[in-house]
Amino acid sequence: MTDTTVEVPTAPPEDDASPPPAGGGPPPVPEFSIVPVRGLPIVAALLVGLVVAIASNNLWALTFFHVGGGGLWTSIDLFLGLIIGPILGRLSIPARIEFTTRFMPKMVLIMPTLVAMTLGAGFQLARHVGNLDAAYPHHGWLVASYVIVGVMAVIALGLLEPANLAVLFELKKPRPNGERIGRLMKVFIYTAGITGILQIATIVIMTFLASR
Amino acid sequence: MSGAAHGPVGGPPVPDDVDRRQADLPPVARLATVTLILVVVGGVYLAATVNRSASLTPALVLAVAAALVLVVNVILLARIREFAWGTFRQVAGWALLAYLVIAGILEFVFVYDHTPGHELALFTAMLVLFAVDVPLLLAFSVARYQPVRPSGDAAPASAAP
Repeated sequence: MTDTTVEVPTAPPEDDASPPPAGGGPPPVPEFSIVPVRGLPIVAALLVGLVVAIASNNLWALTFFHVGGGGLWTSIDLFLGLIIGPILGRLSIPARIEFTTRFMPKMVLIMPTLVAMTLGAGFQLARHVGNLDAAYPHHGWLVASYVIVGVMAVIALGLLEPANLAVLFELKKPRPNGERIGRLMKVFIYTAGITGILQIATIVIMTFLASR
Repeated sequence: MSGAAHGPVGGPPVPDDVDRRQADLPPVARLATVTLILVVVGGVYLAATVNRSASLTPALVLAVAAALVLVVNVILLARIREFAWGTFRQVAGWALLAYLVIAGILEFVFVYDHTPGHELALFTAMLVLFAVDVPLLLAFSVARYQPVRPSGDAAPASAAP
C-alpha cells in the first residue's frame, strides 16, 4: 500500500507508455453514470431478500447474508487496498481515469449494499442463536467486533464514501482537477486498505465465536 | 472557472477557484464526522447492552450530543453564501433515500425483535441522526469542490444518475 500513488491527470509519470493527450490538455474522460441504474434492481432484490431472511428468522438465509456479505465486504476492501491500489498507481493517466470512471460508480452501489446485508443479518443472527443473551459467555468478543465495525463505519462513511463521490463528480466536470482527484483517490484507496485490515480482526473474532 | 486546474504538463498542479474557496468553508465535514462518531459509539453501547440491565444514560447523552452537533452543523451549512447548492441537494436527496432504506432495514430488525420501548426509542433516534448526517456529509463533500455559478448553483448537467 505504500506505493499507492494516484496523482491522476496533472502530469504523466516518467514511465508512462501512453502518449500525452493531443494539445497537452487534460486526458479525455469517458461518459459515465455516477449511479449505475442497471444495478439498482439487483440491490433491491438483495435488500428484499435480506428483509425476508430477517422476517422468517431462517438460519441458513441469515447466515448466507451475514457471511456472504461480510466475506465480500472484506475481500473487496483488501483486494482494493492491497492489490488494485498499487496497480492503479502504476497505470498510465488515461488508463487510471478510464478505470476510475468504470469502477467507482459500481462501488457506490456495492459497498452500502454489502454493509447493510452484513450488519442487518448479523444482528438478527446473533439474536437468533442466542449470542445477545445475558448468559452468553463470549459477550466481550462480540462487543469487540461491534467496536471494530464501528471504527470501520466511521472510516467508510466519513472518509471513503465522500472521497468516492467527490472523485466521480470531479470527473464529470469539463476539465477535472487532476491533483484533487489524485488526493481523493489516495484517501479512497488507503481507507479501503485500512478497513480491509480491520476486517481481518473481525474475521478472527467471528471464526472464534463460530467455533465455540 | 474550472479551467485553471491544470498546470503545464509535467509542472506542478495549479490551485483553482474551488481550492481557494476551501479555507472559507465552515468545518461541516469534520462536525458531521463527530456526529457520526457519537452515533456509532452510542449504537455500539446500545447493541452491547441489549438484554442486559444496563443504564441507558450514556446512550442518551451521546444521542443528545450528536443531535446538538448536527443542528450546529446544519446552521453553519445554511450560512454559506457561495456554494453549489444544486449539487448539494442532488447528492443529499439520493443519499438520504439510500440511507433511509438502510436505516429502515435496521429499524425493522429492532421492531421485529420486540426491542423494549426505551431502547427502541434510542435506537430509532440514533438511526434518524445517522440517516440525516451521512447524506449531509456526502453532499457537502461533493458540493464543496463544485464551482459556484452566478445563479448560485453548479450542478453538472450530466451528473444525474
